[in-house]
Amino acid sequence: MFYRQAGIRHTSYEQTKSLYPIAFDKWLLIILLLIAVTAPYWMSGLYLNSYMLPWIIWSTAALSLNLLMGFAGQIHLGYGAVMAIGAYASVHAAQAGVPFEFALILGGVTAMLIGVGFGFTALRVKGLYLAISTLAVQYLVDWVVSHVPAIGGGTQATLQTPTPSILSFDITTEVGRYYIAFAWCVFVTIFLLNVKRTGLGRALIAVREKDYAASVIGVNSYHYKLVAFAVSSFFGGVTGAILAFTYFGAVTPEQYSIDVSIQILAMVVVGGLGSILGSFFGAGFILLAPIFLSNIVTGLAESYDFGVSRGVISHIPLILYGGLIMGFLLFEPLGLAKIYDNVRKYLLVWPFGFSRR
Amino acid sequence: MDLDWWFIGELVINGANAGLMYSLVALGIVMIYKASGVANLAQGALVMTGGYVVLALAHDAGMPMWLAMPIAIVILFFLGVGIERVVLRRMAGQPLIMIIMLTLGLDIFLRGVVPAVWDRGGESPVIPIKLPTDAIFVGDILINTSYLLGGGVALILVVFFVWFFKTRLGIVSRAVSDDPVAAWSVGISVERSIALSWGLAAVVSAIAGALWGSIQGVDWTLSLLLLKAIAVAILGGLDSIIGAIIAGLLLGITENLAAGFLDEIVGGGTKELVVASVILLTILIRPHGLFGREDIERI
Repeated sequence: MFYRQAGIRHTSYEQTKSLYPIAFDKWLLIILLLIAVTAPYWMSGLYLNSYMLPWIIWSTAALSLNLLMGFAGQIHLGYGAVMAIGAYASVHAAQAGVPFEFALILGGVTAMLIGVGFGFTALRVKGLYLAISTLAVQYLVDWVVSHVPAIGGGTQATLQTPTPSILSFDITTEVGRYYIAFAWCVFVTIFLLNVKRTGLGRALIAVREKDYAASVIGVNSYHYKLVAFAVSSFFGGVTGAILAFTYFGAVTPEQYSIDVSIQILAMVVVGGLGSILGSFFGAGFILLAPIFLSNIVTGLAESYDFGVSRGVISHIPLILYGGLIMGFLLFEPLGLAKIYDNVRKYLLVWPFGFSRR
Repeated sequence: MDLDWWFIGELVINGANAGLMYSLVALGIVMIYKASGVANLAQGALVMTGGYVVLALAHDAGMPMWLAMPIAIVILFFLGVGIERVVLRRMAGQPLIMIIMLTLGLDIFLRGVVPAVWDRGGESPVIPIKLPTDAIFVGDILINTSYLLGGGVALILVVFFVWFFKTRLGIVSRAVSDDPVAAWSVGISVERSIALSWGLAAVVSAIAGALWGSIQGVDWTLSLLLLKAIAVAILGGLDSIIGAIIAGLLLGITENLAAGFLDEIVGGGTKELVVASVILLTILIRPHGLFGREDIERI
């Protein structure tokens, strides 16, 4: 195989410590980046807009949640609400004439402030109680958005997003919107890749493993829990705003409902807690699997002529999310990222797999 | 402002009955938490499943309620035991965050599977519980008899569970929840005790599903009772049965009063607001609830 360790001999410490000890990893990354950057030029508008763009944005959302759940170990069941706060704040700011870039940051900061406010519950409680309080926050934010006309525009109202603009150039094309989402995704990915190597990242991981033990060795676990909530909420808020500006083109409460929170949670769990690559896998899997399965069931129903009602088809996503969350937690708690890792490790030594044993 | 005391009385009494029915759902959560320390976020979906099973027996198979109910209880008991055996037992010893997410996954899964199996094309039929009258009047107060029945059943079940935890089996499950390893070492079957608690929680949810299904019809929205049940369980203390009943009464009354007075001002939906605020305030001020045991954590 082309993907293996044989023949790679490091002759200096710099080489073993390099980011990509195996040259293939580097080339894979470069090729994937090239594919993503050039996607608008060879992908049809339909695929770009209905598969690639949502995948990029949801991956970013999953990455942001992964910072909180995977790195810092704080469970969050109301991430949709965080994204909603960011989206509504930035859309209102943009409608009031704030430039797009600042509106995004403003959305992120608002989400951060409110997210930290609720993160203070994390100071007192953890585990189960934290999970339930974040769930309550989701309902609270949903209620405020749909019942306060100044924020949500009244019941069943949609707020149209203004045209995004970068440095006062209006971004009107689909390609431009794709690049906005892509740039944000790259930024968050690089941030997360690097945070693992910093003191902050190591402190977060210490808090995740055991917060009391972390305090004993001098890591202020309250401080780092709050930092995790703040950073994750900021990213989530901006991602929510980008989702509204580039994909939906409008904001409604349903776009950020409890179902969306569950969807992002499923992405993180299925992809792999604490894995960056896994967030991309998880987002793609959770977005695409229901579509494929619905198509397969409809196709089978047509060809073998057994009646499947629309009601049953509409339940497939829920069955799939629930089944996947349970299945991965039971059988592969580290998610798709771990499966990828297993395959990679197998290929690294192929055909001498026995050498590992 | 002159208050209409009859109106308030009506809100309080019907709210109290509805609250007792929330406690009914919360009892399942308390039951499992007391026996194994796991908060069961799938309780709402279990109630929904109970509703669907009772409906399938009483409506589709045409059984009378006195026959359908015991059969549904037996089915749900084995469903609960099966869930524990297949799903929860494998997770023993895993971090709490994993188990919470697992029960949430179970909730989502059941919410997808059960309505898909008994697909009723968007209709939500009501479980036929025959009551002599729809409503009785006490003075000017109108009391909904369906809710009254639910409240009564909830009180009976509470008495049953208070008694249960004084029996040998109940003491065994308290020992298991206190320290599974120690319970194991004195010869208690930890697995059987936890499985029993899941079975009983599922039985409670069959009863709750039938009662709620007779009021609001059987469809997936029954699973939304989860949030109210959690609010009740948290407010009362996750391991307190008496707490569940008192918190249920408090939540039901508060919610109904808020809905009666504030809905016109803010335009509906105050019930969810009350529930979410109760959860948040309880967790902020007194996380172990009114009657719960405060756990001291050790490294």
